[in-house]
Amino acid sequence: MAQAAIELIGINKSFGAVRANRDINLEVARGTIHGIVGENGAGKSTLMSILYGFYQADSGEIRVGGKPVSIHTSNDAIALGIGMVHQHFMLVDNFTVLENVILGAESDALLKSSITKARSELDRLEREYGLEVDPDAVIEELPVGLQQRVEILKALYRGAEILILDEPTGVLTPAEADHLFRILKQLKDQGKTIVLITHKLREIMAITDTVSVMRQGTMVATRTTKDTTVGELAELMVGRRVLLRVEKGQSEAGAVKLSVKNLTVRDQRGVTMVDNVSFDVRGGEIVGIAGVAGNGQSELLEAISGIRHAVSGEVMLDGKPIDLTGKADPGELRDRGLAHVPEDRHHVGLVLAFEENENSILGYHDDERYLKGPFLDIDAIMADAKDKIEKYDIRPGNPRLKTANFSGGNQQKIVLAREMEQDPGVLIVGQPTRGVDVGAIEFIHKRLIAMRDQGKAVLVVSVELDEIRSLSDRILVMFAGRVVGERGPEATEGELGLLMAGVEHQEAAE
Amino acid sequence: MSTPYAKLPAWADYGLIPLINLSVAFIVAGFVVMLVGENPFRAAVILVEGAFGKGTGIAFTLFYATTFIFTGLSVAVAAHCSLFNIGTEGQAYIGGLGIALVCLSFDSVLPWWVIFPIAIVAAAAFGALWGLIPAYLQAKRGSHIVITTIMFNFIAASVMVYLLVGALKPAGSQAPQTRNFLAGAALPKLNWVIELFGAKIRSAPLNICFLLALVMAFLVWLLIWRTRLGYEMRTYGHSPKAARYAGISETRIIITAMMISGALAGMMALNPVMGDQHNVAIDFVSGAGYVGIAVALMGRLHPVGIVLAAILFGMLYQGGAELAFEMPAISRDMIVIIQGLVILFAGALEHMFRPYIQALFASVSPKSVGMQAVKGTGA
Repeated sequence: MAQAAIELIGINKSFGAVRANRDINLEVARGTIHGIVGENGAGKSTLMSILYGFYQADSGEIRVGGKPVSIHTSNDAIALGIGMVHQHFMLVDNFTVLENVILGAESDALLKSSITKARSELDRLEREYGLEVDPDAVIEELPVGLQQRVEILKALYRGAEILILDEPTGVLTPAEADHLFRILKQLKDQGKTIVLITHKLREIMAITDTVSVMRQGTMVATRTTKDTTVGELAELMVGRRVLLRVEKGQSEAGAVKLSVKNLTVRDQRGVTMVDNVSFDVRGGEIVGIAGVAGNGQSELLEAISGIRHAVSGEVMLDGKPIDLTGKADPGELRDRGLAHVPEDRHHVGLVLAFEENENSILGYHDDERYLKGPFLDIDAIMADAKDKIEKYDIRPGNPRLKTANFSGGNQQKIVLAREMEQDPGVLIVGQPTRGVDVGAIEFIHKRLIAMRDQGKAVLVVSVELDEIRSLSDRILVMFAGRVVGERGPEATEGELGLLMAGVEHQEAAE
Repeated sequence: MSTPYAKLPAWADYGLIPLINLSVAFIVAGFVVMLVGENPFRAAVILVEGAFGKGTGIAFTLFYATTFIFTGLSVAVAAHCSLFNIGTEGQAYIGGLGIALVCLSFDSVLPWWVIFPIAIVAAAAFGALWGLIPAYLQAKRGSHIVITTIMFNFIAASVMVYLLVGALKPAGSQAPQTRNFLAGAALPKLNWVIELFGAKIRSAPLNICFLLALVMAFLVWLLIWRTRLGYEMRTYGHSPKAARYAGISETRIIITAMMISGALAGMMALNPVMGDQHNVAIDFVSGAGYVGIAVALMGRLHPVGIVLAAILFGMLYQGGAELAFEMPAISRDMIVIIQGLVILFAGALEHMFRPYIQALFASVSPKSVGMQAVKGTGA
């Protein structure tokens, strides 16, 4: 193997009582693609943040190109040729590509010279690596795949030799992800070093040369990719054997519980986000909605759950209509047996500043079980929270802990516990396992199937195709606000991928 | 992502850090005193003795603190619902109008213990109504509450001037104030409580409003952390989207929170009007509403913190007045500078010394911040 581009030796980092990284050793060879996998909270992001200068390690040594370095800010990292592409893009939406690329790297008080320089440099980078983007396009008008490309260009423009990508495919269609991988391979061929953080094991297998597995703050193994298997990696990540595909019996669909007819929803700007959508969800079945993020799934869920008003159409819950004028009381819908696990648990499904027990009643705080007159019945709330913590194995099991201090998977379990334990007739779930670790994914999927087997109607929206295919009894694909196809769970990824990309596939549509 | 601050033991978080901040504020203030050619140590002694040295001083300190508890609570209740109520000043002023109407109507016929509850209701109602209009505009029209409440302070001032030089002024009087209330509208003093501890009091305005303020502090704690309404307010305050999801009406929660905030502000007027001056005069609030913002922030929006911060500011007011009297070089404005420094270090720069204190804790006792005993930097 070639010389090491990065060496991390004995890295330790603690946040309060949490040891995010302990004695991490990592060596990434120059000109390779190195994957880092691990459950959420395993310490991957912390480790990369230390490398990129967001955090300082409590102890340990970083070597770049063989030389010990100290990285205190991201500017230090950039000067050492380390570039990072974040999971959430750090772009100014109403700037052009060019303006975003020079942001923070302007050479002059006047922009003209930097812009001229950047334009020719961008041109070169685009040709060299196949990263075509119109430099004068405004970011918010670009699809996410291209926005990500701008992030990569930004790093390369700053002279990055080592590129860190944090969960880069979470927002991409399968086709866009493939394109990204081609770009990464090209970068590798040009001698760049790439560190890829992901929880998708299939991507690791497809593209990396070596892979390191993290678990609970430690580096548990490093493998050459071609000598390992998905099963082994999953087991290393979780520390036990994992079911990668949840087992479920035949569904026994009953009466229609949720019926959506000709629903049209516009967003604040007046853009039609949901366009004349109709479907039914029966008791005892899971209907999955696949689609690339931003094709109207969020608005659809919000309209059904009474949070967002619809322009036209009709939604029936157990045969009775839901008020779609925006005046619907989500509390009243809960009373009627509609439970909603929102996509955005950080801002919608939870109040992160609250204690766990306070979040375990959010939306059900009107329920007399939790009240004594106008007062909260603290004893009842705590007992209820402890009960849910036990049933859903929420860790750490402390109902007084601030919700922000739980890992993503446990936060999601808090929301799921709250919504499922109300015994709803209809459960709608947005992104059930976004940012959730492998062990918890298995748990959440089993719970959803258990809900189905109890005869509940379950509607799942997810951008993870694997998840949709493994959970759903029927799959609807959304593209540009419309349902462009319905398939059974046996549909292939390629077939769904084409529908998700908006390609009218004649054969697939018979 | 994890929290940027490592954990400190609670006593350091809530005791040590505020104490250090306060000390720094006083040290910097000491330099200012030196600049005008006075001895800062003597000034500090005069300030503290003026506030706590004699029974009269203590009574005055607590009288001022009473006012600040009300305005601090008012700001805090709104802040828990993420509403920045700058209008406490005007709401208190209009609260005074409510008290004036009650007292002027009934002070000749009813005893104080009947008038007091009526006046509380009137003060709260008038203050709440003055908070209602900006709240309605925010909830229904999206007009920013900071702008509208500032405007309503000016409107309140103009309305009160209009009334106090017109309808409310006794005929023939030259002063822009109501007639003095009769004995029926005078609240009992609390000075005897301090005298129980052996201190002597000449004449001081401390009255039963202090007890009312403490009761309200407890009720605010109950409201915020123990009631459904408080839960809804906090939910909306942290995340309007989560509130929408939880079925909490934005309009209702904004209006309710602002009316409670306004009511607390209005009740502040009871203290100077019925407890001390026995009339309503122009500009009787004199900035207490704005001090309430500082008190609420310093008290970290918690009633216990607010009571303590209010007493601190009461001390600065009372001790500052003594200081201005004893040291002619130190004018009233100097006192305002000292108050400003306290707000600056204890409020705005609250976290300035935190990293150093954490580093100190980590090196002396790693366990106290939950770390293993490892030392060193990243290479």
